Formats: sequence, C-alpha cells, structure tokens
Amino acid sequence: MTPTIVLPVIIGGLYAAGVYLLLDRSLTRVLLGFLLLGNATNLLLLSVGGPGGLAPILGYAEAEEMSDPLPQALILTAIVITFGVAAFMLAMIHRSWRLVNEENVGTDEEDRRVAARSDTDADELDPDDLAPEDRPAGHADSLRIRAGAVRGIPSDDVDLPSASAR
Amino acid sequence: MTGVLAPLPVLLPLLGAAGTLLVGRHPAVQRVLSVVVLIAVLSVSVVLLLRADALGATAVSVGGWPVPLGIVLVVDRLSALMLVVASAVALGVLVFAVGQGATDGSEQTPLSVFHPTFLVLVAGVSNAFLAGDLFNLYVGFEILLMASYVLLTLGGTAPRIRGGITYVVVSLMSSLVFLAAIGLVYAATGTVNLAQLAVRLGELPAGTQVLLQSMLLVAFCIKAAVFPLSAWLPDSYPTAPAPVTAVFAGLLTKVGVYAIIRTQTLLFPGGALDTVLMCAALATMLIGILGAIAQTDIRRILSFTLVSHIGYMVFGIGLATSAGLAGAIFYVAHHIAIQTTLFLVAGLVERQGGSTAVDRLGGLAKASPLLAVLFFVPAMNLAGIPPFSGFIGKLGLLRAGVAEGSPLALVLVAGGVVTSLLTLIAVARVWTRAFWRPRTQQPGRDTARAAASDAGPDTPDGEVTDGNGSAPVLVGQSARRAARQAAWVRHTQVATASEADDDRAEERDDDDEVHPLPGVMLATTGALVALTVALTVIAGPLYGLASRAADDLRERTPYLESVADVAVLR
Repeated sequence: MTPTIVLPVIIGGLYAAGVYLLLDRSLTRVLLGFLLLGNATNLLLLSVGGPGGLAPILGYAEAEEMSDPLPQALILTAIVITFGVAAFMLAMIHRSWRLVNEENVGTDEEDRRVAARSDTDADELDPDDLAPEDRPAGHADSLRIRAGAVRGIPSDDVDLPSASAR
Repeated sequence: MTGVLAPLPVLLPLLGAAGTLLVGRHPAVQRVLSVVVLIAVLSVSVVLLLRADALGATAVSVGGWPVPLGIVLVVDRLSALMLVVASAVALGVLVFAVGQGATDGSEQTPLSVFHPTFLVLVAGVSNAFLAGDLFNLYVGFEILLMASYVLLTLGGTAPRIRGGITYVVVSLMSSLVFLAAIGLVYAATGTVNLAQLAVRLGELPAGTQVLLQSMLLVAFCIKAAVFPLSAWLPDSYPTAPAPVTAVFAGLLTKVGVYAIIRTQTLLFPGGALDTVLMCAALATMLIGILGAIAQTDIRRILSFTLVSHIGYMVFGIGLATSAGLAGAIFYVAHHIAIQTTLFLVAGLVERQGGSTAVDRLGGLAKASPLLAVLFFVPAMNLAGIPPFSGFIGKLGLLRAGVAEGSPLALVLVAGGVVTSLLTLIAVARVWTRAFWRPRTQQPGRDTARAAASDAGPDTPDGEVTDGNGSAPVLVGQSARRAARQAAWVRHTQVATASEADDDRAEERDDDDEVHPLPGVMLATTGALVALTVALTVIAGPLYGLASRAADDLRERTPYLESVADVAVLR
C-alpha cells in the first residue's frame, strides 16, 4: 500500500496555523490555536495506526483486516480531555473579560515592578539626598529623631554627632 | 497484597472526591472525609514502600488483562517513595487549608469545590507515579493538571485569572507535545507499555530514538520547569492561595522530575541527551537563583528558588550514574517537603504581617518568635546548611559529580555550590528584613523607589501614600525624585490594576493589629517543619533507600521482570 500524502499535509498545516494563532496575545485566538493543535495531534495519532481497515469488532472482521483500535481509543480520550480544557479556558476568558474588560494575556505587574527597580539599585542612592522617610533602614537619619523630641533620653550613640547637629 | 493495595492511592482519592462532592453542603463532614481519605492514602503508601523495599518491584494488571494489552501499575522503590512523600505533604497541606478555612469563616463562601478538586489532584499525582504505561502517565498528568487549573484560579480574582491563563496555556502545550510524542512512540514500536518500550525502543535507529527522547523530555521539562521552559512558573504560582501554591510547588514539578527520571533510566538508558540535560541543569540552577535574588516578594523568591533547585535534580539525572540518581531521588524527597513547608510559612507570614512583600514587612521575629523559627529552620535547610537534609542531598550530588569527573560535571559541581550560596543570600535577605528589621521602619520606606511603586503611577508627583494608608506624606520635592517618579510611570504604563491595589490598601489598613495565628495552621506548619527535620534524622536509611532505588533504575531488570517475562515483552 502506498502511504497517503493527505494526512501529513493536513497535520502540518494544522500545526502551523495552530502555532501561529497560539502566539497571538488575544485569548480567543489562543484558544482557537489550541483547538487546531489538538486536532492536529489527534490526526497524528490516527495516522500512526497504520493503513485503514474494517471496524475492529470481533465477528465482524478478520483480525488481519481490522484497523488498529488502540490509537482510536487514545484519540477518544484525548478528545474528551481537549474538550474539557477548552470549556474551562472559555470560562476563564469570559471571567477575564468580565473582570478587566479585555481578553488579552495580562502583564505580570510584579515582574514589571522588579524590572523597573533594577535600573537603579537602592544602595546606589545617596541617603542624604532622600527625604527622611525614604532612607534605608539603619541609616542614622532614618530614625527621625528631631531636636527636642527626645530631650532627656540619653542617646546610645557614642561619640557620634546627633542627627540635628550635623 | 501489593496487588490489592497498589490501585488504592488512585482509587481512594477519586472516591473521596465523589464523596466530598456529595456532602458539599456540610463543610464539616467534607473536611473530615477528605482528611480521612488522605490519611488512608498515606498509610497505604507507607505499606507499599515497605513491601517494595523488602520484596522489590511489583506490577499489577488492572482489570486482570494480560500484560501487553491491559494497563499496569508498577510499584517499585522509586514510585513508592514518591507516593509516601507526596501523600504526607498533601495531608499536611490539606489540614493547613482546613485550618485556614475554619478561621476565615469560609462556611459562607461557595468553596465546597476545594476538597474534591484537591483529592482529584492527589489521585492524578498518584496515578502518574504508579503508571506503568505511557498513556496512563499522560492521563495522570491530565487529571492533576485539570485539578490544578481549578485550584489555581480558585475564587477567580483578576490576578489569579491572569496567572492562571499563562499556566493553562503552557500546560496545554506541554500536554500536546507529550501526546504527539506518545503517537510517534506508538508508531515506532507498536506499544505504549513502559516495560515493553524499554525493550523495543533500544532496537530503533539512533536518530529515531533521539527524536522520541527529546520530544518526551521537552514535555516533561515544561512540567518540571527546567530552565528554558520555566518562565511560566514564577509568573503563575505566587497568585494562588497559600495552601494551593504550597502543594503545587511541592508536587507538580516533582511529577515532571519523576517522569524525566523514568524516561532517562528506563526508556533511554543510552545517555544520548545527558550533556543537554546537564547544561539545562546548570542554567536552571543559576538563572533561577539569580531571579530569586532580584525579587522582593517572599512567594516570588520561593518560586524562583523552586525553579533553581529543580536544576540539582536534573543535574543528578544527567550524571546517569547510580550515585547521581540516588542523590537526585533523595533531593526530590527532600525538596517536596521543604518547598511545601516554606510556601505554607509564607502563607503564615502574609497572615501575620498583612503582605508577602519583603519591603512592607518588619519586626516579625518580635511579633511571632514561633513563626520566625518555622521560617528559619526550613530556610536554612533549603540553602543547604549542615546538618540539614538539604546539605546531605547537595553533598551527595556534588560527590557524584566529582566522582564522574568529566569537565562538565565539575563545572556543574561549582555551579551547585554557587547556587547554594546564592540561595542562602536570598533567604537571608528575607530573614533579616522581614523578621529582624524594626517594625517602625517597615513598610515601603525602604527606598524612594519602593515608596513610589507602592503608590503606583497615579499618585501625583511628590506625594506618596503612607505605608499605613493614612494621610499622604509629603516627600522631598527634589528634581531627582520627580525624575524617578516619571521613570516609574514610564515603566508601568501597563501595570497596576486598581483592584489589586485596593486589596493591598485594605491589608495595609489593618497592618498594625497583631493577628494571632490560628493554632491549626501553626501546628500543621510545625508538623511539616518537623517532617523536614525528620528527613535529616532518618537521612541515613533514606539515602540507603534512594541508593537502592537508583541501582534498580540503572539495572532496569527489576522493573521489567516485575511486569512480565522479558521474552513476552519482545
């Protein structure tokens, strides 16, 4: 039997289109891309079963004429799983739409925050340039001891000028 | 007897899930039922481990179908050990979640779906560990992934949906790659039974073997979060509730690691891609831990250390010696326990301090010394300070690397030491800032930038909300400050959904109250910390068990013979 060219071409086309859609930022397209990829994989499984044959039912066909039932069982399982996951994703897309009115893949805010942080490290800032509230922990002036506020309480700074004296 | 017991770790949680669904209106009954089920699973797993260690591997044909036709479950030392650690950790997390739910008064909220989903997750994990054929492994993965999708997006808030979508799409991709690989494996060999594959795959041309192996590895490496395929993890895990993140961090990635171990030892023992794995391990360790150091949120730090330490296990697998595998197996057991515990502690920290952002926390050691101990012990264990199990695991891996002696292995040994050191830095920063910094200097006043980031881009120049959400405090009007604010606005055009900020503002409002930590949650976390310490105490026997499991894996015959006569498999 000559191998068919149709299935590989379809599988390849579906994979290509699926990957293209999956790379989009719009979630609906991502979902569609996922469905295409799922179908492509199912076709791939179907094609690994070898040449087609009669239905694999005992008494209906001889063992030699039957098609391989195992890939079909695998495909059925895979279809059910794909179906369930697609339904769940639709629900999530809907939820995303309800919450933030967009159906794009969201940005990780904390990630942006960390990225923004990294261009100037806290240690590079000169503490004396900052407002008292912003000074790093442990910096003498960050304790906000104002003149007069603590009069009568002996300072535990030995031989250091007090914050206000500088 | 193993034949009767082996399906139970899968069956019991599934039946339990059905049961908890039925009694969904009675949260008390639901809680008792799921705890009882997990205790039963744990006891069954312990018995299975003892029997597997004494009698060797055993295979069970489900439904009585003869071997190449039906589904087999295989209990060997590795899978039984994984089952025991996984179910112990799952039980701990469940009790923690029950404690959390009870104190938060979740009886009113429609969260009855948590317990069934959690049990389904446990069933999926057990199924993946026990699976004796490739497709059953796929089904196990799908069960646990489906449950994890639900758990990760529990409550459906905007950050969770955002993180969840990334997670779902990436997991789907890995599942599709896995499924396609199964198809190709079947096309090449005509079977999906692991034992039969072990015999038949070796007869294929080398090129085909490498193709199949790399497809399977890509699928598993996405699940295990090995470096080039790990970006999804720190993005999605930190958004989930504490118990969920804890169980994900402990179990899900390790199922991927387990699958990699099986693929590398049973199916493709030739070591064709060992070099690739070693390089990936090095990159995972270093890039993961550098990411952790950059973060300022405890959960994100922990997520990055999770990625980083996966590298140790992959290193052990890549060595492909008995010593390397033994180290990897011991490390998996250690890391499941330790990472789960740390994420639970992060949950407690959030409860105590109102946030997990290190910049906002302070004075925790004074507020709750017990919490400080609960954080300190596993944190040092994670960093690999002697005498903890983390040290023993790392030492075993490093010795295996030195014994192997190739230049790449030595580079990895050096990388492992550096990673361990950097882990120490990452956790020590949390320790000094969140626990020891005086509370008065606490939230967001660390740097001007942190203060600005708290306020978000919408705050007018020069005005920053105080850490306690009270009246705005006027900060310096200097040009530098304005420029910094402008830079912040530029950097976060996209960011800061208002809802998340409102949440945080509320948290900040009640910052100054000292929250008493609920006893159940403290006790559970304490028990898990005790478990991690116990892993240190029993490290000798445990390492012996890991070595025996590694020897079995290297030999392959115990696994094959447990399933069927090798002649039948051919």
